[in-house]
Amino acid sequence: MKITSLEDLRKIKEKATDQTSARSEGRTRIIIGLGTCGIAAGARAVMEAVLEELAKRGLKDVSVEGTGCIGMCQQEPLLDVIRPGEPRITYGRVTVQDVPRIVSEHLVNGRIVEDRLIGRAD
Amino acid sequence: MPTYRSHVLVCGGTGCVAGGSQAVQSRMKEELAKKGLEKEILVVQTGCHGMCELGPIVVVYPEGTFYTRVQPEDAKTIVEEHLYKGRVVEKLLYRPSEKLESVKHYNELPFYSKQHRIALRNCGYINPDNIEEYIARDGYQALAKVLLEMTPDDVINEIKKSGLRGRGGGGFPTGMKWEFCKKSVSDKKYTICNADEGDPGAFMDRSILEGDPHSVLEGMAIGAYAMGADEGYIYCRAEYPLAIKRLKTAIAQAESYGLLGKNILGTNFSFELHIKEGAGAFVCGEETALMASIEGERGMPRPRPPFPANKGLWGKPSNINNVETWANVNPIILNGGAWYASMGTEKSKGTKVFALTGKVKNTGLVEVPMGITIREIIFDLGGGIINDKKFKAAQIGGPSGGCLTEAHLDTPVDYESLTAAGAIMGSGGLVIMDEDTCMVDVAKFFLEFTQRESCGKCVPCREGTKQMLLTLERITRGEGTMEDLDKLEELAVMVKESSLCGLGQTAPNPVLTTLRYFRHEYEAHIRDRKCPAKACSALIQYLVTPDLCRKCGLCAKNCPVKCISGDRQTPYVIDQSRCIKCGTCLEVCPFKAIRKE
Repeated sequence: MKITSLEDLRKIKEKATDQTSARSEGRTRIIIGLGTCGIAAGARAVMEAVLEELAKRGLKDVSVEGTGCIGMCQQEPLLDVIRPGEPRITYGRVTVQDVPRIVSEHLVNGRIVEDRLIGRAD
Repeated sequence: MPTYRSHVLVCGGTGCVAGGSQAVQSRMKEELAKKGLEKEILVVQTGCHGMCELGPIVVVYPEGTFYTRVQPEDAKTIVEEHLYKGRVVEKLLYRPSEKLESVKHYNELPFYSKQHRIALRNCGYINPDNIEEYIARDGYQALAKVLLEMTPDDVINEIKKSGLRGRGGGGFPTGMKWEFCKKSVSDKKYTICNADEGDPGAFMDRSILEGDPHSVLEGMAIGAYAMGADEGYIYCRAEYPLAIKRLKTAIAQAESYGLLGKNILGTNFSFELHIKEGAGAFVCGEETALMASIEGERGMPRPRPPFPANKGLWGKPSNINNVETWANVNPIILNGGAWYASMGTEKSKGTKVFALTGKVKNTGLVEVPMGITIREIIFDLGGGIINDKKFKAAQIGGPSGGCLTEAHLDTPVDYESLTAAGAIMGSGGLVIMDEDTCMVDVAKFFLEFTQRESCGKCVPCREGTKQMLLTLERITRGEGTMEDLDKLEELAVMVKESSLCGLGQTAPNPVLTTLRYFRHEYEAHIRDRKCPAKACSALIQYLVTPDLCRKCGLCAKNCPVKCISGDRQTPYVIDQSRCIKCGTCLEVCPFKAIRKE
């Protein structure tokens, strides 16, 4: 398409920024335990649910990372949320059904989902 | 539209491609597909990351994990471990030394922490073949600002305010150059990008063209608007096939988006851009020779004035800037000239890209603020000398520049300080030499290059450099006299002062600076018939130390000219009259019984 105005350029920039957002810093981070224990407990499905939920809600400034086993295998799938400037919150035994709740409560409204909370680290 | 949770950036610069990064990329895609991750993870080919020594480089986002020397078979490990199971692949991380911990993140590397990337802002970060990724990083915003909000004079004032000077080596203030061209009255004007980078060991411009071609196109379009040009040429050497390919893609994309061509962004401004492939003559980096080459003439310089700003390409007012200069234009427009001028020294503003090569640990591409010392570049960014040998000299500015010694390590990098030391900023080649380098040999090497590249139009350059080279060859063969040194110096000054163009005017610099700082080495070659660095083959011999020789015969077996004799009873001896001084015996001897004298 031909860009004929500043508005056109802005639109393309917005779209392209979304496409490359995984490369930017200073965003909310979701970290999912993807060790063998996590995967066996369903972490892959949780991760897919997270990606789907983020897309559905149009949340763009969130990075989704994987991490290895951190030793709390009985609590897997583990899902951590780090909002910029806030402590790292760890949720345990997260199911696909919990994902929309964590996203809407914690990511959007900043309220920790207490019944899945297992740890907090500064 | 899919959102990818992770981006895997594979370096597609020439260095990493030569190291096999293309195969890494395709294997990565295959492995992702096997694991069903292709919808979650995007593989992106980028331009040069600068740390070519450690290539092929792969960076995994959002974590920013920096993997080095990645081979195709490692792709599987990265996919299965990092991307599938979230475990960082420890063995592919960069370790500054055996004693130090490995470094996980891009921005923690000492190589990057002292850099300030403006011209290289997008290199290694975006896919150069995708205009949208460039737009995402504020691409073409500066052009829009210029066309919609600024007059040509505003643009020139902003560039003047920034203090930007020509990054090709001359260091002429860019804003002034633009103003001259703007003031020239004509029905037709041209803007030209000089991408005829030809110094041995220099690859700054190539990396920018390969990694971020749009930044050059945008800079040129802004310049064209400011000067009143509607057509431009990028003169790029044919030896840079990847740069040319990416430029072609970039131009085609910019045209289809209406960012080049007729009525850009719906305004009256039109700008058409062509690529001219040069055949690789060094002299074509000189602006008048370059324009002659575009016109289809032989690439030969002509006397100035008239300057290109008045009478350039096809006789029309033209402006030539180097790749790096153009790449600096957009950030200056977006952030203001004052922002750019806040970096650097009093007379040299902003940053400079250097290609760090030679006997330095981290060879590669760095962009540093002006005023940084040579010591910081070599020892902090470059990681010091290979095998921790002693630093001897740095050749700055390529064959047109000069060498700097240990005494100059704390010289700030700016145009004036380097000129005062006898070197030049040049286009950014920085060749580091250690104690094993013979400075006479270095001077000879660079002079061989300029001598071969002399176009032959003017006598001082054609004949003068030839005679200088013959003298240097005599000296390195151990046949020089002390009078040769005086003659060499006299000739060098003459060539420098009377040559027609920059090539001849700067060709004697390596000779003059080595004579100035390493005269004792020349004298050792002449008086003692010795090469102190043991590099000039005519002045060294390989000898067997009989006490250390265990009579294994490995040297004799490997000698290509079979000039070593001996057996299980008698120690081996090298026949000096037949020895070609290849050094193979020294390398293969397991008992260090062979020495070089």
